[in-house]
Amino acid sequence: MKSSVIVFPGSNCDRDVAVSLEQLTGHAPAMVWHGEAVVPDSDLIVLPGGFSYGDYLRSGAMAAHSPIMTDIIAKARAGVAVLGICNGFQVLTETRLLPGILMRNASLKFICRDVLLRVERDDTIFTNHYTKGDVIRIPVAHHDGNYFSDDDTIRALEDEGRVVLRYCDADGTIGEDSNPNGSRANIAGVIDKTGRILGLMPHPERLADEALGGTDGAPMFRSLLEALH
Amino acid sequence: MASGSPAVAHVTPDLAAEHGLSSEEYAHLLDILGRAPSLTELGIFSVMWSEHCSYKSSKVWLRLLPTEGPRVIQGPGENAGVVDLGDGDAAIFKMESHNHPSFIEPYQGAATGVGGIMRDVFTMGARPVANLNALRFGEPDHPKTRHLVSGVVAGIGGYGNCIGVPTVGGEVNFDEGYNTNILVNAMCVGLARTDRIFYAAAKGTGHSVVYVGSKTGRDGIHGATMASAEFNDDTEEKRPTVQVGDPFTEKLLVEACLELMATDAIIAIQDMGAAGLTCSCIEMADKGGVGIDLDLDAVPTREQGMSAYDMMLSESQERMLMVLTPGAEEIARAVFTKWGLDFAIVGITTDTGRLVARHKGETKVDVPIDVLANSAPEYKRPWVLPEPPEAIDPSDVAPPESIEAALEAMIGSPHLCSRAWVWEQYDHMVMADTLVRPGGDAAVVRIHGTNKGLAATADVTPRYCAADPREGGKQAVAEVWRNLTATGAEPIAITDCLNFGNPERPEIMGQFVGCIEGMVEACNTLDFPVVSGNVSLYNETNGQAIPPTPAIGGIGLIPDITQIARIAPTAPDQNLVLIGPERGHLGQSLYMQIVLDAKLGAPPPVDLEAEKRAGDLVRSLIREDGVAAVHDISDGGLLIALCEMALAGNIGIELAPYQGNLPLHAVLFGEDQGRYIVAVDGDGQDILTRASESGLPARLLGRTGGDAITMGDESVFPLARLRELHEGWLPEHMRTI
Repeated sequence: MKSSVIVFPGSNCDRDVAVSLEQLTGHAPAMVWHGEAVVPDSDLIVLPGGFSYGDYLRSGAMAAHSPIMTDIIAKARAGVAVLGICNGFQVLTETRLLPGILMRNASLKFICRDVLLRVERDDTIFTNHYTKGDVIRIPVAHHDGNYFSDDDTIRALEDEGRVVLRYCDADGTIGEDSNPNGSRANIAGVIDKTGRILGLMPHPERLADEALGGTDGAPMFRSLLEALH
Repeated sequence: MASGSPAVAHVTPDLAAEHGLSSEEYAHLLDILGRAPSLTELGIFSVMWSEHCSYKSSKVWLRLLPTEGPRVIQGPGENAGVVDLGDGDAAIFKMESHNHPSFIEPYQGAATGVGGIMRDVFTMGARPVANLNALRFGEPDHPKTRHLVSGVVAGIGGYGNCIGVPTVGGEVNFDEGYNTNILVNAMCVGLARTDRIFYAAAKGTGHSVVYVGSKTGRDGIHGATMASAEFNDDTEEKRPTVQVGDPFTEKLLVEACLELMATDAIIAIQDMGAAGLTCSCIEMADKGGVGIDLDLDAVPTREQGMSAYDMMLSESQERMLMVLTPGAEEIARAVFTKWGLDFAIVGITTDTGRLVARHKGETKVDVPIDVLANSAPEYKRPWVLPEPPEAIDPSDVAPPESIEAALEAMIGSPHLCSRAWVWEQYDHMVMADTLVRPGGDAAVVRIHGTNKGLAATADVTPRYCAADPREGGKQAVAEVWRNLTATGAEPIAITDCLNFGNPERPEIMGQFVGCIEGMVEACNTLDFPVVSGNVSLYNETNGQAIPPTPAIGGIGLIPDITQIARIAPTAPDQNLVLIGPERGHLGQSLYMQIVLDAKLGAPPPVDLEAEKRAGDLVRSLIREDGVAAVHDISDGGLLIALCEMALAGNIGIELAPYQGNLPLHAVLFGEDQGRYIVAVDGDGQDILTRASESGLPARLLGRTGGDAITMGDESVFPLARLRELHEGWLPEHMRTI
């Protein structure tokens, strides 16, 4: 599996996801500077977490206009798998590759802690190593993770089964108490219509190594390896 | 003076006084120059001789601290301390205060404190890998406290989170003594290779002096001078002296500097912190034994019409000064241009030994560097150490209404409640190497790509220091050592951040001297040298000083990350063993403060020899895989430590009835030092034997199980209730903002 991790000025989880990719798929990704014109031939493009351009205008807004994005958008439309984690998810919504936006957390505070997620789809290239209904523990670390879209879009996402991960409690119940940031319908991750582009706020790369206290993030990388090897 | 250059052009003794120079100091300055200084020169001398930059009141005492050891590569005097972690790895770390700015503008004050300390660390070639902080606020209900807590925490998070360095540990205290002088002490730990450490010495003449990073603005002019004066009711007017942070630029600066440091382009590098361009030029030139000619017309500026005075004294953030090897200018320019940062050749090293700055065709500064760097006044100020208070016998301290009532009051108090509300606003997991997260005795991060870990913590108990500075100073160092040990780490070295009131008052100077003497004793006995630090004096408002607060930050090495102890017991039926003495010391305890509303008596004494034996035993047990969990006993005593373990593991504890002769409340809440609770899978008998062989008291406390902490049938504390109290107070208090 050939993968590329895009490095924007202000990306700060680029190394973390590269380590997980290498450890779990056996292949080190190419690290691609945002100023490049072309992403090297890849089966998977990862937009990592961080604060691209300091998130100064709006999270992900500036990065969505980086030179490399033209090629990424073209490749995504041509079917190359794209994974956007945290700031990467924000970039994907800013480019409109995924619907909705990530607003400031309802608490107005940055929030960093493990959250529980219910796996809603186990038939995607990103989640085939999970089982639908699994409750997994993965950290979030964001200020702007409050997923919002209009009623029609949310209904379409639900009807088309494009909500892949949802914040939940220990027994998988979806409710306000288990919603860390105010996201509509407790949405933590959504996929595009083709099933090739996933954006999620939680960081699977942060719990994909037993030494760090958990491995619930690891199946995502294994899923990708199996689907894209 | 608020900011910007004064309107007058002629320097007078009055203007010198406004710059914080005493009449003796001004006379000394005239003597050095043999003429009246220019306005810019006056500004330069005033910051270089400020308490903040010159350590004029503290230097004579700081020399007493042990600074050497087998692992010390660089002690105090550089941007940060450097220690050897073996295998070519080095840790570079320091703690620094940003108290005054944080009180005036909490978000930016705290944010730039974090930015500044990180620059000190990556200036030396290290990638920052862990941030910590030690925060002191006033009483929870003081009208300013919520605003300050909220702003400081958001500022620390806003900066560290953006850069992508995990904030893994620290401490938060509330005490009325900080009502009008909060303390924000930020610590950063970085990792480097021992053969790629960068220093400030600008050796060699004819080399380019290069400015990189952000542009220079008028912010922060006289920050160092402000940090060297007491506050009064006009403090709010000093807001323009607080700098504004730009973590995005700092992130770019980290990456650009580390990229350039991988080449051989850099001879010397120094961040522009307090006193900005002035201080960095003087330190680099002085250490390298050279002069520097500066062309201020080349300095990138943010605003038009900036004077030489503004440029020399600006404390704009995210800037660095470097001296490059000949011919490396274009390599360096390419790196900084790639990262979108300003890059300008602003000067050259010379053999004149003078700092000369020209602006618009005029020489604005021409001063001897050696004198400027080394002639700062040094004071041995008068000091008095108060008589230490008498120790209070445990049986003379009133018992609580009930143990339940006391425990509920304590575990849900501002002093002992969970700090999760704080650390959840900090990204403590970025870099994916955080092995022990906040909330334990010390945080542990993996040394990237290795099987080794680095433990880090920051501690001090100001109420002990206030009651008896010597014991308090000892205790602060011992507690850091103990917290590191409790994770299984070998404590290596410390950084200190010494926060005190006005040193011109003998009783404040006495607190300083006492704390230093206690620290010296502890550092010597525990082989725990000081490698970097910072002194913050004049933490007073309208004559009211803070409690003496020598915050200590320490790091330790874990050779094998499969052998780390955490505070959470891992299963039912694990036996809990107490290692260390039980004397029921309640003087200056939180029991006394919270339950009896008193701060009386002597603080608990620290027996440093016993401390060392207990720590060495616990570390051996951890490394032999002999334990399931370890927690040190500190604030609040034994029962609080047990609650913290039970809550962390989400498992109850059945305590055996206490058979000794002390009053029960003294056993449960006494703050005797040098103690650990160890959880083991076995019966714990071998630990009792090992302790006895080391001359240490030890006893079985009980075992894990159930969903409550129980003591016989009569006392039952359900975990759910303890958790509600423990985790509830801070979010609830902050919700009412």
